[in-house]
Amino acid sequence: MTNRIALSLTINGRDYPICVEPRRTLADAIREDCGQTGTHVGCEHGVCGACTVIVDGEPVRSCLMFAVQAAGRSIRTVEGLAQGDVLHPLQRAFMTHHGLQCGFCTPGFLMLVVGVLEREPDIEIDALVDILSSNLCRCTGYQNIIKAVLAAAAEMRGATA
Amino acid sequence: MSVSNLRAGWVGRSIRRLEDPALVTGRGRFSGDLGAAHWLRFVRSPVAAGRIDRLTGLPHALVVTAADLVDVKPIRPMLHAFEYRPVDQTVLASEVVRFVGEPIAAVVAASAAAAEDLADRVEVEIAPTPAVIDARDALAAGAPRVHSGVAENVLVNAFIETPGFDHERLAAHRRVRVEIRSRRQNATPLETRCAHAAYDPVTDRITLTCATQMPHLLRTAIADLLGMPESQLRVIAPDVGGGFGQKMSLPPEYVVLVWLARKLRSSVAWTEDRRENLIAAFHSRDQMICLEGDFDARGKLLALAADVVANLGAYSCFPTTGGVEPLMAMAELPGPYGIRAYRCRARGVLTHTCPAAPYRGVSRPVITLAIERLMDEAATQFGLEPAEIRHRNLIDRFPHRSVTGLVFDAASYRETLQLAASAIDVAAFRARQRAARARGQFLGLGLATFSERTGYGTPAFAARGMEITPGWETVVVSMDPSGFVEARIGASPHGQGLRTTLAQIIADEVGVAPEAISIVHGDTDRTPYGWGTFASRSLVIAGGACTLAARKVRLKLTRIASHLLETAADDIVLEDGIARVAGTDRSVPIANLARAAYHRIPQFGGDIEPGLTENATYDPEGTFSNACHAAIVELDPETGAVRVEKFLVAEDAGRLINPMIVDGQIHGGVAQGIANALFEEIVYDEAGNILTGTLADYLPPTARDLPPIELHHLETLSPATLTGAKGLGEGGTIGAPAAILNAINDALSPFGVSIDEVPATPQRIRAALRTVLKGRP
Repeated sequence: MTNRIALSLTINGRDYPICVEPRRTLADAIREDCGQTGTHVGCEHGVCGACTVIVDGEPVRSCLMFAVQAAGRSIRTVEGLAQGDVLHPLQRAFMTHHGLQCGFCTPGFLMLVVGVLEREPDIEIDALVDILSSNLCRCTGYQNIIKAVLAAAAEMRGATA
Repeated sequence: MSVSNLRAGWVGRSIRRLEDPALVTGRGRFSGDLGAAHWLRFVRSPVAAGRIDRLTGLPHALVVTAADLVDVKPIRPMLHAFEYRPVDQTVLASEVVRFVGEPIAAVVAASAAAAEDLADRVEVEIAPTPAVIDARDALAAGAPRVHSGVAENVLVNAFIETPGFDHERLAAHRRVRVEIRSRRQNATPLETRCAHAAYDPVTDRITLTCATQMPHLLRTAIADLLGMPESQLRVIAPDVGGGFGQKMSLPPEYVVLVWLARKLRSSVAWTEDRRENLIAAFHSRDQMICLEGDFDARGKLLALAADVVANLGAYSCFPTTGGVEPLMAMAELPGPYGIRAYRCRARGVLTHTCPAAPYRGVSRPVITLAIERLMDEAATQFGLEPAEIRHRNLIDRFPHRSVTGLVFDAASYRETLQLAASAIDVAAFRARQRAARARGQFLGLGLATFSERTGYGTPAFAARGMEITPGWETVVVSMDPSGFVEARIGASPHGQGLRTTLAQIIADEVGVAPEAISIVHGDTDRTPYGWGTFASRSLVIAGGACTLAARKVRLKLTRIASHLLETAADDIVLEDGIARVAGTDRSVPIANLARAAYHRIPQFGGDIEPGLTENATYDPEGTFSNACHAAIVELDPETGAVRVEKFLVAEDAGRLINPMIVDGQIHGGVAQGIANALFEEIVYDEAGNILTGTLADYLPPTARDLPPIELHHLETLSPATLTGAKGLGEGGTIGAPAAILNAINDALSPFGVSIDEVPATPQRIRAALRTVLKGRP
C-alpha cells in the first residue's frame, strides 16, 4: 500500500495539494494531510456521522469516501461555515439553544444540517428529524439539537425570502 | 454580550456557554488532533481465556510485549472493605489472556494505518483454556478460575444485616419478590479513548495529552506504575469528547504510551477505534438483583432483603475497583424509601469479559430498576396506583438517616412525585388506556422515584474503604492587574459546561462578568491537584471551592476599595465591574482595585498583602438530588416494539446555576437511560466473543428513537452545600430505565406477563408474550 497518488483537495475554497495512498479516507486526508481537524472521526464505519462534510453540495460521511474520490470536487467543512467572525445561523442557533455539550459530534451535525437546509429550505419537521437521526450525539439527547435546527431553518428561510 | 439584568446576579441565568464559540467553529482541541512521530496499534486477544504460547515479533518493526515491560508495576486497585481480593493486571497481557480485546502487544509505526497493517502480521499463538462469561456460571462449583488466587471468582463479597431483621420481617403482611437483570452496556462517548505522549529533551519530561476525566490521578497512577517522579509527567486533558465515567478509569494503553515516549524520546500517539472501544474500553451495568420486600397491610415497606450479583469482567478497575457497582448497590438500594430493616448480600464476580467500571449513574440505574419494579409489583398486589404506594413509602422528614447510615438532606421526594403525577394526569391516562385496550392498543404508564447522591467528599469515599479517597477540590482564583479573573481548578469537565457555570458563581462574588473570568482546567502543570469530574461532583465541590476562594478575593477588593473610597469595607458593593459605596454614586472600577493590589501596595500602609491570588479547598459531606420520572409507552404485541409516547421529569437539584445547562444534562441522561431500557446491550456468545462490536449492533439512540422530554423543576436548596446546588449529572440515567420498564409492564398487564430484564428488546417482549399467546409465532 505504498503507491501514493498526487491529488488536490479543495476545502472551503482553498486547494490542498496532497499525496496519499489510494485507501486514504477523505476524513483522514482532511484531518491529517490538510490539517483541518474540525472534522471528527467517531466510528470509521459510517454510523455516527461525526465526520460529515459537504461534497459538491451533498452531506457525506467522509470516513466512507476515499480522498481520491473527492479530488477536484468542492469540499466544505465546519471551518468554512462562518464568514470571518460572523457565525452561520446554525452555529449561532446551536449556541443559543444549547445544542452541544462536549462538542465532538457538533461539526458533523452542523454540516449535515447545512447541506440539507441549503437544498431543501422548506423541509418538514418530521423529515428533518429523520435526517438528524443519521448522526449520533451522546450528550444532548437531541432535544436541543432539534430546537436549534428548527430555529436556524426558520432564520435561513427568512433570510432568503 | 448583552444579558439584561432581570435578576440580580449571574447565578440562575441561562447564559450562553463560554465553551461554545470554539466548538461550533471547528476550533475545539481534542487529543486526536495532534500529530506524532510514532503511532501505536495494539494487538488484542482474539480469545476469552488462554495461555500465550508464542508471540512472534516483526523483523523491521518495534513490537512491545509484556517481556519489555518487566519493570512496569502491574495495576493493582485496592479496597479495604468487606472481603476484597486484589488482582493484578499487567499493562500488556503476560502469559495468560482473560478477555477478548485484552492488549497483548503494541506495534509502533510511522502512521496509524501502517501500525494497523503491521499489527495484523504479528503472530500470536494462544492455547485456549475454558472460559466463563456469565456471572452465575462463574459462581458455580468447578467453574474455571479467572485469577488463580481468587477462589469462586468472587472479587468482592459483602454482607450487611440490620439487627433483628428476621423479627421485623415476621411483622409484615405480605412479601413481594422481583428478580431483575440488567444486561451489559458501554458508555460509548463519541470520542473514543485517545492519547498522545511526547518527550521534551530540554526538561526531560513527558506530556501526556489524552481523553481523561481525571488528569491528576492519571498522572499519579502512571508515575507510580513506571516508577518515575510525578514532576516528570504532565497530563493534559484538552477538549474531551464525552466520558460518562468510561474515561475516569485507568487505561493500560496510556501507560504503554508514556513508557514508549520515554524509551523512544519522541512522540507517540494512539486513537482507539470504535471496535476497540466497544470490546475493551470498560463495560458496565451487568447485574442481577433479587429483592424481597415485606410490606405491612397498608402497603408500607418494612423490610428489604437483597441479593446483588455484579459481573465485573476480568480485572478490577482503577481507581474505584470493581467493588464500586456491588457496594454502591448495597449502600443505596433502599433509595428514598424509609425502611427500618435491611439485609443485603452483594458480590462482584470475575469473568472472562471486558472489565467493568463506572458509567454515569454507577449501579443506581440498576438498583432503581429493582426497587421501582418491586414498588410496582407491590402496587399491583395491593390494588394501589403506583403513585399511591410510593407516596406511602417516601421519606418526608429531613435530615433522614437511612438504614445504611446515609444522611439525606432536604429534598422533595413526595412533591416531585405529585408534580409528575399531576402533570401526566394519571386519571385521564387510565381512561385513555382503557379505551385503547378496547381497540386492541396497549398503553402503559411507568413511574420511577429516586435519589441521586452527589457532591460527596472524602468521608463518603473513606466509608467505602477505598485506598484512594477522592472528595475534596482545590481552586485558585486570581485577578490579574487588568481586572480579569482566572480560576484554576482540579476538576476536569468534558461537556458539562463548567467553564460557564463556575464563572457565573465567581462573577457574583467578585463583581465582574463571566466573560472576564477564565476557568483553567485539565492540565496538571496549570491546575492544583484535584480529582477530576465524575460522580456529579464538580459543580458542588469545585463550585464550593470557587465560592470560598472568590470570597477571599472579594474581601481583599473591598478592603482596597474602602481605602480608596474612604469608607468601611462592609459598605462596598462589587457588581458590573464597579466597586460602589452602597446607596451612593461614589465608585471606582474594579480594574483599578486590581491594579492597586499589585502596583500601589505601599499606599495601604502595610494593611494589605500584595496580589490578588487566593485559594480554597472544599470537602462537603454530600447531598441528594431527587426526581420522579414518568413514561408513557405504546407496546405492539405483534412485534414487541415499544414506542415512547411521552417522557416527563420532575426533578429537584437544589439551586440551579444555569437552568439551560441543567436541562441539557437531564435530556442527555434520560436519553442514555431510555436507551439502557430499550436498545443498548453488549452481547457475548458462550465462548466470550463480542457480537456487538460495531455501532450497527450496539445501538445508542438516534433523534428518531427518543420522545420529547418534558421537564419540571423544584428548587429545594441544599443545606449541605455552599451554593445550595446539588449535583445532577447522573439523575437522567438513573430513573429512566425503571420508568420505561414499569410502563412496559403496565402495557403488558392485560396479558398476565411481565418482563424484568433490560434492554427490553422486541425479542424479549415477544418471548414473554409467546408464553401466553400459544400457537402464534
